[in-house]
Amino acid sequence: MLASWKEEVEEIIFPGKISVPYFWTVGSTLSKWYALIRDECEIWANRCPECEMVFVPPKIKCINCYKDLNEWIKLPGTGTIETFTVVTERFYDPKLHPRKAPFVYAVIKMDGADTGLVHFVGGVSPEKVKVGMRVEPVFEKERNGNILDIKHFRPVS
Amino acid sequence: MGTRVAIVGVGQTHHASRRLDCSGVEIIAEAVTRALDDAEMTMDQIDAFVIGNMDHFENINYVDMWATDGLGSFLKPVFKVTTGGTTGTTVAACAFYHVASGLFNTVLAVGWEKNSESDTQAAIATCANPILERDPFAGAIGPLATEYSMYMKAYGATEEDAAIVAARDRNNALLNPYAHNRMKVTVEDVMKSPMLSYPIKFLDMCPRSDGACAVIFAAEHLAKKLCPKPAWIHASVVRHDYTHFGDLEWQWMPTLERASAEAYKKAGITKPLKEFDVAELYLPASTTGVKWMDSLWFCEKGEAPKLIRSGTTHMDGELPINPSGGVISTNPIGATALIRVGEAAWQIMGKAGERQVPNVKKALATGFGGCSWSDVMILGADLP
Amino acid sequence: MKVERVAVIGVGQTKYEAGKRETFSELVFEAATKALKDAGITIKEVDNIVSVSSDFWDGRTISSMAVQDAAGAFGKDITTVEGDGTFGALYGMMRILSGSFGVTLVVAHHKGSESSMKGITNTSFDPLVERSLGLDAVTSAALQAKRYMTAYGVTEEQLALVSVKNHGNAMRNPLAQYPMELTVEDVMNSPVLSSPLKKLDCSPVTDGACALVLAAEREAKKLTTNKKRVWLMGVGHCTDAYRLGDRDLADTRALKDAASRAYEMAGAGPEDIDLAEVYDAFTYMELMWIEGLGFCEDGMAGEYMERGMFGLGSKLPINPSGGRLSANPVQVAGLAEMAECVIQLRGQAGKRQVKGALVALAHGINGMCGQSHCVWILGK
Repeated sequence: MLASWKEEVEEIIFPGKISVPYFWTVGSTLSKWYALIRDECEIWANRCPECEMVFVPPKIKCINCYKDLNEWIKLPGTGTIETFTVVTERFYDPKLHPRKAPFVYAVIKMDGADTGLVHFVGGVSPEKVKVGMRVEPVFEKERNGNILDIKHFRPVS
Repeated sequence: MGTRVAIVGVGQTHHASRRLDCSGVEIIAEAVTRALDDAEMTMDQIDAFVIGNMDHFENINYVDMWATDGLGSFLKPVFKVTTGGTTGTTVAACAFYHVASGLFNTVLAVGWEKNSESDTQAAIATCANPILERDPFAGAIGPLATEYSMYMKAYGATEEDAAIVAARDRNNALLNPYAHNRMKVTVEDVMKSPMLSYPIKFLDMCPRSDGACAVIFAAEHLAKKLCPKPAWIHASVVRHDYTHFGDLEWQWMPTLERASAEAYKKAGITKPLKEFDVAELYLPASTTGVKWMDSLWFCEKGEAPKLIRSGTTHMDGELPINPSGGVISTNPIGATALIRVGEAAWQIMGKAGERQVPNVKKALATGFGGCSWSDVMILGADLP
Repeated sequence: MKVERVAVIGVGQTKYEAGKRETFSELVFEAATKALKDAGITIKEVDNIVSVSSDFWDGRTISSMAVQDAAGAFGKDITTVEGDGTFGALYGMMRILSGSFGVTLVVAHHKGSESSMKGITNTSFDPLVERSLGLDAVTSAALQAKRYMTAYGVTEEQLALVSVKNHGNAMRNPLAQYPMELTVEDVMNSPVLSSPLKKLDCSPVTDGACALVLAAEREAKKLTTNKKRVWLMGVGHCTDAYRLGDRDLADTRALKDAASRAYEMAGAGPEDIDLAEVYDAFTYMELMWIEGLGFCEDGMAGEYMERGMFGLGSKLPINPSGGRLSANPVQVAGLAEMAECVIQLRGQAGKRQVKGALVALAHGINGMCGQSHCVWILGK
């Protein structure tokens, strides 16, 4: 519904890109989690004293009771694939994806916890990945205290 | 008519330049926990949530979704509102309408910001029209400096008048444990501070802060049960009349004039200077604390410097302004306007600690942001 | 307890398509002008405005500022919801119910073609955890689709039926972006993006705007005729947990909660609904939401779809407009669904008219994998 005079106007496109650098504060809870991943290659969780639900990644408050979570427990690290997806070359975006396609995302129900962790599944060809598969974490040799310190989860041998 | 609504609890974080101990979700949880404690309520008594911040400061999309763990909103109703600097009062108004509509009995309103996570000016710059105004004029300080220059020229107001406001607010903050900047300053200190953008100097201007504020609104029947002295909402008026900075009339502050006039009418206020016992005003720079006195109908046009110099607006005056220290002491942008409402509520509830003004029956809170937008909220100790 | 009812008295929509040349303001002005004209009023009769916009999609801080004047903000109380249009309409209604206002203009806009879907939806993930993995709306939806299919044995062919139906319905909707005559085979042969989702399982990138004029009963009766009025009978909203791993992605508990609030307020049940517009950002979502809204048992929507239920000629047509699969202007979509419901209930839906429709349902989502839901029930 352009007014008719607009049909004759030269359309100028003004390119713009917002470039604002960000520095996110990790905070007390996740800093502790990542320090243990980085320094010990251990994945920990925290537990609610009231409803006893165990959360990984750790939460700041219980999702059910809004209580503070001060009890930390070490998880074995293994888990079960609850769901997964194979990202194809067609969808691959080098600006976004840290891995070359085809690669696999999964929600992994972590042993010892009530929640799942989202991460990559690797060390196995995508066609072989199945719901229900048992997996274990593989850590990077050089770790910086973030989620990519875990390289991916691979099938338990 | 709608349900009558009161504020029954307020929580604030200790605002700071950088809260490196807290992620965004943790800072929200800190304010929410304190609000629940203040109201002596538990999370299961909250029916619904509303949250606001300015997206580009933290670069998190769908903040209402992301904040779930900090808000306590799991399996409950929530949505987000956002309107730049006025976000805090927009959030307050939204919570008010939730309850006044009769659809919800208790609503938790949260405003927050972690300004330390980005370059504030760069993030603000994108609010201006990218083609017409972004390059020459954007950022917070340009428009404010221009506006006061015009006022100085029209009425003979001076830099020193503004410095008096700066010293007033900053010294007030010394009694507010939550304030970000708490510094003893003299008018001379302000006058000597480095010029940022004529005539606004460093000590005239607000900081950027990390912080959060949570306010609990409740319906009449619950408010009376939950709180011995709830702060009743008497009026909420918003005027966001302008889109382009070039359209503004610079000699006065039109949106604030219109919004406050309308709010006073709704609340039955005819003599604001006399009838209000305290005012928490969104003054992003001390200069606005001079100029906007006229716009709030506290004095005749051009008479603001006289009002400021009279001591009326200081803590021991007839109408203390910004006992909390105001925006130039604390500015987590998404929370800032909500803090005005929260502080005004505490004044009525008698919970303002060392900065308590005695016998507060009527309080004024304002929000400012965007292209010279104004929000006005009037709170009272008595039912509206 | 509600004091009085609120009606929709006007709707306005732009055509939904990609690569629109109008600016945000022009789109908002177009939709708002159409809605006011449809209601038979001018901007003067409107006393407050709820705009729906997103700083991310618009690439502007205070994105609402760009469209203020086009939405008629001057001299009026205005606010902005950041989320789906259904939440904007909810706020618009609450403002009227509060007694403070009589007529609310709710207007949403979106230009998907000026932004990057992958990058922008990636920013809804936690910068401290999941964001660095590169997740976005499509790959997270794929995780949910697979979980849903695993939980209930739903097949990819059943998902494809949704795409066939909705693109087919769009052939009768002049505003829709992608009317298409498809077969299940067409959908199954479209390229896989992130398994199991193929291109034709996903909604497109769309530009457009939509506006609704809401009025308090007393105003609605003053300003317009019964023919135009559609009542907002019930609404409910509810959010699930944030992290994908905190949820069983096949569980529609938040939707069920929102729907039950809406049904209760309306004094109605799923059996009373004559047509529903649900948020089918992806094919599998339509099936999940049909179940969550109580139209059939969990896991059964695909099977019923195979038997011809939910099509235009059936007892309960879903997405007669063509759905989000045919046009998905984010933020606008839920409001567009409500507009479609109004048009249907007024009997103005032309070739896609659901005969004798008296009660309709509109459903919006917010966040990834349908984290938050808003359900509306509208009636004549």
